[in-house]
Amino acid sequence: MSQVVILGAGMHPWGKWGKSFVEYGVKAAELALKDAGVEWTDIQFVAGGDTMRNGYPGYVAGATFAQALGWTGAQVASCYGACATGAQAIDTARARILAGLCDVALVVGADAAPKGFFKPNAGDRPDDPDWLRFRLLGATNPTYFGLWARRRMELYGATPQDFAAVKVKNARHGLENPNARYRKESSVEEVLASPIVSDPLHLLEICATSDGGAALVLCSEAFARKRATEFIKIAGVSTVTPSYPSSVIEMPNLATDSWAGAALPERSFRDSIAFTAYEQAGVDPKDLDLAEVYDLSTALELDWYENIGLCAQGEAERLIRDGDTAVGGRIPVNASGGLACFGEAVPAQAIAQVCELTWQLRGQAGARQVAGAKLGVTANQGLFGHGSSVVVSR
Amino acid sequence: MSETKTRVPAVPGLFTLEPEVALVGSRCSDCGSYFFPREQVVCRNPRCRSSHLEACELSRAGKLWSFTSSAYKPPPPFVAPEPFEPFALAAVELEREKLVVLGQVVRGVLPEALRVGMPMQLTSEVLEESDSQVLMVWKWAPSGAASIEAKR
Ligand SMILES: [Zn+2]
Repeated sequence: MSQVVILGAGMHPWGKWGKSFVEYGVKAAELALKDAGVEWTDIQFVAGGDTMRNGYPGYVAGATFAQALGWTGAQVASCYGACATGAQAIDTARARILAGLCDVALVVGADAAPKGFFKPNAGDRPDDPDWLRFRLLGATNPTYFGLWARRRMELYGATPQDFAAVKVKNARHGLENPNARYRKESSVEEVLASPIVSDPLHLLEICATSDGGAALVLCSEAFARKRATEFIKIAGVSTVTPSYPSSVIEMPNLATDSWAGAALPERSFRDSIAFTAYEQAGVDPKDLDLAEVYDLSTALELDWYENIGLCAQGEAERLIRDGDTAVGGRIPVNASGGLACFGEAVPAQAIAQVCELTWQLRGQAGARQVAGAKLGVTANQGLFGHGSSVVVSR
Repeated sequence: MSETKTRVPAVPGLFTLEPEVALVGSRCSDCGSYFFPREQVVCRNPRCRSSHLEACELSRAGKLWSFTSSAYKPPPPFVAPEPFEPFALAAVELEREKLVVLGQVVRGVLPEALRVGMPMQLTSEVLEESDSQVLMVWKWAPSGAASIEAKR
């Protein structure tokens, strides 16, 4: 299959800047356009990642960014898929390019996140599982992270020190990233001394909510050939749902599917996210040079090592203990610093992961550079059964 | 607590309190899948698609799949008792239904007292009181603790 080229990448630094999400998106878009050497007026298609706000602009992000950049009559789409929002926007632009409907597209996601726990919109909505879990159980997102972490301790003997080691590694990576919000080393002792949020996870092990923006300029190979000699390509994108019956309790549900009436699928939901992208790209996880995964919690990063095929189930603790997933190790994970250093800016995050791989594969990642990186994968998962993964190759 | 107030489920339809607390799900009579909350339109097993879904009460006992706590006050629409006290949450696997159900753990039982695999029992506690009603919610309790609760 013909591949789509990443011609430009741009980011607004993550943090709590007190600005509108539109400003973050426009800044990221301008940087991506400059990086691509493409004018805004050349863009034929704009895909925006939606933020979730009451009031319209967040829900119609594609046109909101297009208006801020100046109307050009470009085709437009707005995408929402919780944490997979950015990947859906990438997928939409990529599909249009592959279909020959356009040559060059801009993908933008940005958010100005509220402080504290994510929570449902106001109003009584007993038919909404997101409302129900808060109303009846006070089950925040970290509740689910805590359940998965405890389960890891029970099944695989993970220790609080293993989880804290993930934070220590990502904090060290983030020191070298000018777009990261937190640029400060953490020690295992500091992590374990921070207050428990959801047993066994501490405050320093759960990602913060942040503001931020990320953008990509994508184009066809024919368009890229006129402008560049070395291409960074999108080789696969998955934006998958789970397969029935999904047996792990996932946000925001009160219960799992039942496996009383149907056999469990060969691959769990989280396993299927990256493998769908690998199959599209025709690559094997053994060939990866690096990965960016969604470390909503430290413990969840260990789950991802197994879910994206870096090791067998139950072996993730060994990878973190041996330093395999640190920059300089066998398969660095979250060289960017991950969510531990960025925090969550939901519609931007999946795009930001691809920005990081783009810079890494071009050899532009500075002190956090993974030497000789040629093939990388991103993975994330969001509310309501959204999962996405992008395979990027040189 | 006032004796004149009636005790009702905080959200109707999800569970009953009489004659004893039970989660109300549904069962597909064609493939045997269970659903909680209740599925009423069509079976979610993609290879079944039956519309023969019957309401049923789920098992009131199961094994602890995993557990955690909420050490910070959750935001609305949760109404936390003041002053806020950390509470535990449990995900419990039901053997007959082959599914995992989340719930708060009864007051006073924190993660230190829990272990994956231990038997758990469904019970109920007060979520909040309005002027005229006591709003109840289902809770999980270690099997021994539930029988103590029931005797109160
Ligand atoms: Zn069925």
